[in-house]
Amino acid sequence: MDYAANLAMTMPEIILSVTGIALLLVAAWGGSTRWVSGLAIGALLTASFSLIGPPTSGGVAFDGLYKADAFAGFAKALIFIAAAVAIAIAPRFFARTEGDDLKPEYPVLILFSAVGMGMMASAADLITLYVGLELQSLAAYVLASFMRRDTRSAEAGLKYFVLGSLASGILLYGISLVYGFTGTTIFEEIAVGIAQQQGSENGLSLGLLFGIVFTFAGIAFKISAVPFHMWTPDVYEGAPTPVTTFFASAPKVAAMALAVRLAVEGMGTATDEWRQIVIFAALASIILGAVAAIGQTNIKRLLAYSSINNVGFALIGLAAGNPEGVAAVMSYMAIYVAMTLGAFLCVLQMRGADGQPVEDIASLSGMSKTRPGVAAALAIFMFSLAGIPPLMGFWAKFLVFDAAVAAGYLTLAAVGIAASVIGAYYYLKIVKTMYFDEPAPAFRPVESYVEGGLITVAAILVSPIGYLLIAPLGLAAQRAAVSLF
Amino acid sequence: MIGLTHYLVVAAILFVIGVLGIFINRKNIIVILMAIELILLAVNINLIAFSAALGDLVGQVFSMFVLTVAAGEAAIGLAILVIYFRGRGTISVDDPSRMKG
Repeated sequence: MDYAANLAMTMPEIILSVTGIALLLVAAWGGSTRWVSGLAIGALLTASFSLIGPPTSGGVAFDGLYKADAFAGFAKALIFIAAAVAIAIAPRFFARTEGDDLKPEYPVLILFSAVGMGMMASAADLITLYVGLELQSLAAYVLASFMRRDTRSAEAGLKYFVLGSLASGILLYGISLVYGFTGTTIFEEIAVGIAQQQGSENGLSLGLLFGIVFTFAGIAFKISAVPFHMWTPDVYEGAPTPVTTFFASAPKVAAMALAVRLAVEGMGTATDEWRQIVIFAALASIILGAVAAIGQTNIKRLLAYSSINNVGFALIGLAAGNPEGVAAVMSYMAIYVAMTLGAFLCVLQMRGADGQPVEDIASLSGMSKTRPGVAAALAIFMFSLAGIPPLMGFWAKFLVFDAAVAAGYLTLAAVGIAASVIGAYYYLKIVKTMYFDEPAPAFRPVESYVEGGLITVAAILVSPIGYLLIAPLGLAAQRAAVSLF
Repeated sequence: MIGLTHYLVVAAILFVIGVLGIFINRKNIIVILMAIELILLAVNINLIAFSAALGDLVGQVFSMFVLTVAAGEAAIGLAILVIYFRGRGTISVDDPSRMKG
């Protein structure tokens, strides 16, 4: 295949990396943050549009290092939109906080992170996987500590860096073992190598089994599944809220896409081996995410546990290990992104009379009287995250449970449903605080049309009106899943 | 004769020392950065030993990528450490406790 065709398939990443480098130069020569942010959002939208064509239908590029299929296209569309939202909401937040203003490096770092996430979604080789993952992570470490004068932000960055590097190390060690015991780094050949070992007399070698376990442990960290979740609440709380919004959406989708592709394409022949790990991680995430969130008083910590909980539900779909399960995971992630972005946009509206951000759940008291619009939107997102029927969150959960039951994992689905009832408690507690408690001092009104508009769009997508999108979403997820098998 | 197993054992030992260095170390964060480097070097030994044993170049190419990324990672780690130190005036591990967990 000629080089131009390869480049056409990697078009989204090329657009983003070229724009990122150019904008970095603009920023270095004193370009204004406004312009750099605007151009970065433009680049992300252009990259989303470039997904129509070779980047979703091209097939294998660069001799098997990179795959441009419907699955990658689906994940990248979500990633780029979430990244664009994270840039759009930043200026207002930083304008409100004292001491740290928004630097033009913020949109540039998000662009580089988006390049890494695109590579993660398309990786068909362990080297591409590692480089994409690190590109995403290194940008994320800097973003977490972006408010340099705020000690909480610096600490969040440091914790994220240390634990993230440890996870990368564990992942790499697993990768080196997989490479050593199968003799290749290309996903499809790894699957063949595993099958050969299973067919031989000795069965799967111990080294390869260790490699698989270490690799999944490293990826579990990146999607913040239990038992590798401990960084999530701290980092989500300490990082600036727009950055937390970003962490909770785009990198989750990318890491989940990576996990699914590696599990299905690279280790599809060892499904029985990794399924145990995925089932354990799914159940532990759902239960811990539900139970540990109950005692939280900080809304960002609570949403961090909520994200752990949601990753658990998505992993149930992966445990099914068939096209229906993968389609359910992708639909789940799409709906999850809408819910999470909406919830964090509402958190961004929480700021006191002096304009400083407030994060206490108690300060939400009586918000239905002081700020009915935002209160209604947040209530919609909370009900949806809890999986209460007329909202989209219910449909997402229904899909994964349906896939698990169809694949014969009744117990898994039953425990998941039981735990989602526990989880509903803390979501509903927020709604109760907003609607039935004595009003606390009112927040400042929404000053930004961008944020107000984004909240409205997210609320409409999550509300029953969003059901109109079920058919196209299901079709896209189906095509994405089929392209993997 | 030194074979593949010897290299793998050395790498495994280095890896374990690195992981323990992160969890047991209670003094300062520079040591954690060193432990992270140790983990990555263990991986490199693994990759190169496998590459030589398999007669396949990919492992060596991979180790070049790992080295490059490790350099970037160390730079970012030190930069974050510097802003952390500016805010706090200390880099001891016990201290990052403004947030629970």
